[in-house]
Amino acid sequence: MTRSTHQRGAIRFDGSLSRRGFLRALGVGGAVLTAGPLLAACGTEGTGRTGAAAGNGDPRKLAWSNWPLYLDTSDGDDTAHPTLTAFTKKTGIEVTYTEDVNDNDEFFGKISPMLRAGRSTGRDVVVLTDWMAARMIRLGYVETLDRANIPNSKNLLASYENVPFDQGRQYSLPWQSGIAGIGYNPKSLGREIAEVDDLFKPDLKGRLTMLTEMRDTMGLLLLSIGTSPEDHTMADYKKAIAKLQKVVDQGYVRSFTGNEYAADLASRNILAAIGWSGDVLQLQADDPDMQLVVPGDGGMLWSDNLMVPKGAGNKAGAEKLIDFYYDPRIAAEVAAYVNYVTPVRGAQEAMKDVAPELADNELIFPTEDTLATLHSFKVLDEGEEKEYQDMFLKVIGA
Amino acid sequence: MTAVRTAPVTATPPADQPPVPPDRRRVPYLLLLPGLLWLAVFFVVPLFTLVSTSLQTGSLEEGYALTFSWSTYGGVWTTYGRQLLRSFCYAGSATVLALLIGYPLAYAIAFKAQRWRNVMLVLVVAPFFTSFLLRTLAWKIVLADDGWVVGTLQAVGLVSDTGRLLATPAAVVLGLTYNFLPFMVLPLYASLEKMDPLLLEAASDLHATPMTAFRTVTWPLSLPGVVAGTLLTFIPAAGDYVNVQFLGTPTSQMIGNVIESRFLTVLDYPAAAALSITVMAAVLVLVLAYVRRVGARELL
Repeated sequence: MTRSTHQRGAIRFDGSLSRRGFLRALGVGGAVLTAGPLLAACGTEGTGRTGAAAGNGDPRKLAWSNWPLYLDTSDGDDTAHPTLTAFTKKTGIEVTYTEDVNDNDEFFGKISPMLRAGRSTGRDVVVLTDWMAARMIRLGYVETLDRANIPNSKNLLASYENVPFDQGRQYSLPWQSGIAGIGYNPKSLGREIAEVDDLFKPDLKGRLTMLTEMRDTMGLLLLSIGTSPEDHTMADYKKAIAKLQKVVDQGYVRSFTGNEYAADLASRNILAAIGWSGDVLQLQADDPDMQLVVPGDGGMLWSDNLMVPKGAGNKAGAEKLIDFYYDPRIAAEVAAYVNYVTPVRGAQEAMKDVAPELADNELIFPTEDTLATLHSFKVLDEGEEKEYQDMFLKVIGA
Repeated sequence: MTAVRTAPVTATPPADQPPVPPDRRRVPYLLLLPGLLWLAVFFVVPLFTLVSTSLQTGSLEEGYALTFSWSTYGGVWTTYGRQLLRSFCYAGSATVLALLIGYPLAYAIAFKAQRWRNVMLVLVVAPFFTSFLLRTLAWKIVLADDGWVVGTLQAVGLVSDTGRLLATPAAVVLGLTYNFLPFMVLPLYASLEKMDPLLLEAASDLHATPMTAFRTVTWPLSLPGVVAGTLLTFIPAAGDYVNVQFLGTPTSQMIGNVIESRFLTVLDYPAAAALSITVMAAVLVLVLAYVRRVGARELL
């Protein structure tokens, strides 16, 4: 399991620091700087306009931006990525791999001025979470994928094919997915948790954290009041917000976090958290009793998506890369390292060769039954997005 | 007739004094140039765009247009006034704490440390060798619910058995105090170190008790350091958001957290800009009031 001690937002087991949280906080400073160009012009132009044309890049070169610790590395050398080396050997395409996506909002701030101006971002492949992918597609910032050039995309699991923001997957293909549920150790807590409402009991007062990711936290709360995150009204959302406000006022929620919660869970500062499958799987390596529960009312499933931004110099190369990673064997190698849910059919069988101990792990390969209980958040337009975020941020205090 | 007086000076300088080469006269301006350029590019221009952003309305998709809408300011005040006051309250508490800890420390380094003086100064600055973020995160381990600090405080009854330190306003103030303490100690040290110890001897010759000598001699002479130290602590502490993020709770969020989420999560640039300006103005007013009250009378 040494290969799997790093991942998107890995936790250090000395209980000190989550790398993503660290980078994210550092990134804020950078993001304010990168937001500069947006603010520099008094009165920015709307982003509704598009018009980037694919540039003439070198077909032997490819630039890929991804989240930190989100691709396999070789033992002892964090900068070497075995699957990427294999890709270069196979296709002759040299890949510049950059881990510069620390935060969806921050990264959008970084690339949107170029996209708005119709210039190339200098990147051929980017990886962004569903709702940000939705915004990119809505704004016309993304190239259409030619699925004929990505024959392996037939391996995409059926449940990912028709997402609300990209029907038929014309613009995006998922890279990894994750489940948002409840992470806890039944032995430390002394009881079982089966649903969200089990969190609001006296023994968890001040020993519980939730995610700052609005869609994950509110998705679970919407499910707990019997509505669905995909399909609900503003009144439902307000009801869920009121419920959240109540438990915050009562002192149950200690804080709202990125993935710093994992370190707190490991050190038992908190006894339960709304958290992500990959983080909890990492904690299991140290504490086998740690588990992620998909609440009885349902859990949330999110994906990070591969996309080719407008103006990319080497779209054909990008499609080759996506095709390469949709090979079940390669997908298994990546999943064995990052420990998130892989959207590639056949990866589970391939995992029996790659890392047999993970082949039956429900958090990497959820069963059809589990997948059926997982939900995604409905697509919000800009006005709704702001309204939803405003209400949520008010409860979490920011 | 002034021309008559000045013209000979520049035209025919006295023979025994070499003329000031024109290059030399430009020196002060050349020395000022990098600083002024820096300020112009990285302070004046951003400040101007910040003000202009705060007066815009619109949305990300339609674009923001300058409409000189002042209503944003009223809106952010009613919505986030609480966080603003809380920020000043936390920063003020941290400043007072830092002064209470920093003054004796600076005094000891200046007068009692002798050959350990440089070592102690290095120790004061030493925390800066690690990242601000790591230092704050380290407090999470120190103040952990099952840690020895909380355990000890519970044993002596200062914290209730189910109580905690982490994720409380106390932890936030503590983190702020810790992180900004060197900014308090160094100016205090600089002003105390300049003081002539003979003044204290003179005071005691005049039958002043050590307390009176401190009150009438040391304290007034150290006031420039006190003013500089409190400002250097209070101003950055009021805008800090990292300490709350790691050590606070949803009910202890400061204005920095609000600005961060407005800018990065909601992409509501006008509100974020209006908040930033409000904070700047409020800090400026507080600082002016403070300097007029404490500083001006004693310093000038």
